[in-house]
Amino acid sequence: MPKEIEYKELLKILPHDDILQQCIHCGMCLATCPTYDITKLERSSPRGRIKMIKSVARGEMEMSRIFADEMNFCLDCQACETACPAGVKYGRMVETARVVIDNTKYVSKAGVTIKRFALRKIVASRDGLKFVSRLLWFYQKTGLQKLVRLSRILKFFSKNLSEIETLSPVIADKFSDTQIKEIELPNGEVKYKTAFHFGCLMNTMFADINIDTIDVLKECGCKIITPHDQVCCGSLMGHNGDMEFALKLARKNIDAFDKHDYDYLISNSAGCGAFMKDYAHLLEDDPAYAEKAKRFSSKVKDVMEFFSEQKPELIFNLELEPELTTYHDACHLIHAQKISTQPREVIKSLPGVEYKELEEANWCCGSAGIYNVVRYDDAIKQLERKMGNIKNTNAKIVLTGNPGCMGQIKHGTKKFNVDVEVLHPVTLIKRLLKSHQKS
Amino acid sequence: MDQYTAEKLKSIVGAPNFFDSKEDKLVYSYDGTPVYQQLPEAVLFPQDEEQISQILKLANQEKFNVVPRGSGTGLSGGSIPVENSVVIVMTRWNKILEVDPDNLTAWVQPGVVTGALQKEVEKIGLFYPPDPGSLNVCTIGGNVANNAGGLRGLKYGVTKNYVLGIEMILPNGDLLKTGGKNMKDVAGYNLRDFIIGSEGTLGIVTKVLLKLIPKPSQAITLLIYFDKLVDAGKTVSDIIASHIVPSMMEFLDNTTINCVEDYTHIGLPRKSEAILLIEVDGRGAEVQEDAELIRKIAVKNNASALKGAANETEANVLKTARRSAFSALARRMPTTILEDATVPRSELPVMIERVAKAAKMFDVMIGNFGHAGDGNLHPTCLTDERDSKALERVHKAFDFIFNEAIKLGGTITGEHGTGLAKKHFLEQVAGPAGVDMMKKIKLAIDHNNILNPGKIFTISPKCEGQMPTKREQIKDFHA
Repeated sequence: MPKEIEYKELLKILPHDDILQQCIHCGMCLATCPTYDITKLERSSPRGRIKMIKSVARGEMEMSRIFADEMNFCLDCQACETACPAGVKYGRMVETARVVIDNTKYVSKAGVTIKRFALRKIVASRDGLKFVSRLLWFYQKTGLQKLVRLSRILKFFSKNLSEIETLSPVIADKFSDTQIKEIELPNGEVKYKTAFHFGCLMNTMFADINIDTIDVLKECGCKIITPHDQVCCGSLMGHNGDMEFALKLARKNIDAFDKHDYDYLISNSAGCGAFMKDYAHLLEDDPAYAEKAKRFSSKVKDVMEFFSEQKPELIFNLELEPELTTYHDACHLIHAQKISTQPREVIKSLPGVEYKELEEANWCCGSAGIYNVVRYDDAIKQLERKMGNIKNTNAKIVLTGNPGCMGQIKHGTKKFNVDVEVLHPVTLIKRLLKSHQKS
Repeated sequence: MDQYTAEKLKSIVGAPNFFDSKEDKLVYSYDGTPVYQQLPEAVLFPQDEEQISQILKLANQEKFNVVPRGSGTGLSGGSIPVENSVVIVMTRWNKILEVDPDNLTAWVQPGVVTGALQKEVEKIGLFYPPDPGSLNVCTIGGNVANNAGGLRGLKYGVTKNYVLGIEMILPNGDLLKTGGKNMKDVAGYNLRDFIIGSEGTLGIVTKVLLKLIPKPSQAITLLIYFDKLVDAGKTVSDIIASHIVPSMMEFLDNTTINCVEDYTHIGLPRKSEAILLIEVDGRGAEVQEDAELIRKIAVKNNASALKGAANETEANVLKTARRSAFSALARRMPTTILEDATVPRSELPVMIERVAKAAKMFDVMIGNFGHAGDGNLHPTCLTDERDSKALERVHKAFDFIFNEAIKLGGTITGEHGTGLAKKHFLEQVAGPAGVDMMKKIKLAIDHNNILNPGKIFTISPKCEGQMPTKREQIKDFHA
């Protein structure tokens, strides 16, 4: 692709030179960047990447393999956005650059096609994801997995493939959308009118967490509407260079929820919550959806954010021995949604929890959407650091609010031999409820 | 740079530590300084002292320039490449080599991040006080090169008060070792203090010995609002006159207060002309007494409100306004130019007025905040570097500010360094004799002027031998 088209395309998506101009190259981002920390090279830092994007967008530099590689090396954890004094929207810039490099010779066409197919046809389609999940479930339950692992057949193809295979989460026996009714009512009076987005990974791989979320919300007095015509939030596509498709999904979700009457749209997956809160911004130029998107996004709440704001009354079992518990910040909660004190407040207030803060709790675990699949070795370097910190707390339980992080850290417990249980905070809450003990 | 030199450099540091792609040159063409930019010829990550020595020797032979760099957060352009230069990056030299609890010292490599060192020594009850705004990113090497200050300067001093020893490679490739663990040492010239603040023009620092102190056990933080700027100024001078030395005494002006409030919504009074953030620390009852006395002084000087915090969590809430000052200002406009004009602290109220006057005179937006206790202000100009007329007005405003500072017996830079950004003002502060002496020292140590040339001052090239007259000679000269 000739260079002129490349940068014009970048400029088209980044229409204002102001966005590029915002970075004052002060370097505050360097300390928070997991990739800069590994290489100590300016090009692997947010400041360096912005400089490169700026030069390509202004036609001062041609796109190159180094450019493409550094954009994809980025975890898009957005820790730099939290540190940035000037409020630069770095994540959006990198995601835009990825859209453009996906169309260049610097990224393998086959790779892009497979990635796009996987995200569009499998993750985004509930049936597709269920089908693949069922296969995985079959693979795990029938002993085929054991056989494959014993035979080390995957190692024959690639070392990484066999490592990645172990990343595949244990599939729940039943998906959550078949168990959650479209309208769930609490036992007592209705105190909150809520809606629920069940996510795609949460629905299939972590279905139990969805069930736990519904149970705990009911206990709080929530009426929960779970429209069954909702779709994947689109975040994985949006962050991986397929914004067009992501916006299609966004519109579908807005239509699905707009039919119902609710005050809070609860999400228990940091990535989904962050992206749905962003619909308002992403669709602001779409006259048919701008208003609706704004309304939709304003109601989205992470489940811990909801607990911290509403402080619903829950009756806990007070006889349990407190267990040493720590918390890992999902990037899409702390950096994308700026939610960090709320989950800690909620967790510390639980009886049965002796809380210990995790060193570098806000450092990315390396999961980063599909990063741990497409860049396994880089992801593992981050995971090793995370597991070391978790081990140092001596905690028995590590809590985190995102399915990607949960999968990654669970993988870490095995790979680095750390004896810790990985839970979503709602699962712990349910476990500590008095009603749960009786049943 | 020719192919031969590039290959030579590559063989010195090894291919994986040599970078000359257009991308790498681009991302080392800037530091934290607005507006300035220049591409280097190559970027090098030397692995040991010997490699640095060889690079410098080659630079003398082949006549290229060498620019040392840490994290590149400097605000005066000290680490921006110059023409025909290679950048030597020291960030991978990031080991704390020794913490000596018996002598209260630490040997560190120059790439150690200031904040990381603080965290490490605080684990054993020790304290490294210098805390520049970029402490989570900036390196000790850069701090030494610029004699970095910070919020605690008033009570605890700046980097130079904590450097006991330095090892560095001189421009001719020799290794210099100066200073040591002795608390007293007057053998010969005090080379150590002379290197501190030399902005990478005299050598490349490879090891630093730092002094540590016991960590103060208690601290009380106060946030005080003033309707009138004069009252805040009076409070500062009264506190100093009553012989209290706060560990921190920070000031925010009305423009900054409003920008911070727009950004954080923490309920700052928008009409206040000034806010002071004061912290006293130490041990025992003295801390309480000092805090009480400061309260009284503030009330006497018509403080409109006063908030106190006795634990770290509460203190952090109070510090939010000061901490977010730079962020809040930086968000306003695409270009943020942060300066550090400094005056004797008795002149601070006058200087604050002069900054406000400059903003009006030249029609530029300036937020003013900084270290009231030590007279070090940070007038911060918000502009857009793409608008050349606006930038012109900014330059005029800063010319005015620097001149006013000098008139008040102040200086053009308190803690950022001279670098490229302020070298034009140097002679007004240091005087012709002072600058001349600096140049002579520089040339005595760096004959060929290869190490970070053009920073702090410009040495005009001297013509050696006969002037070229024939066309062929001129061609040679160009080559």
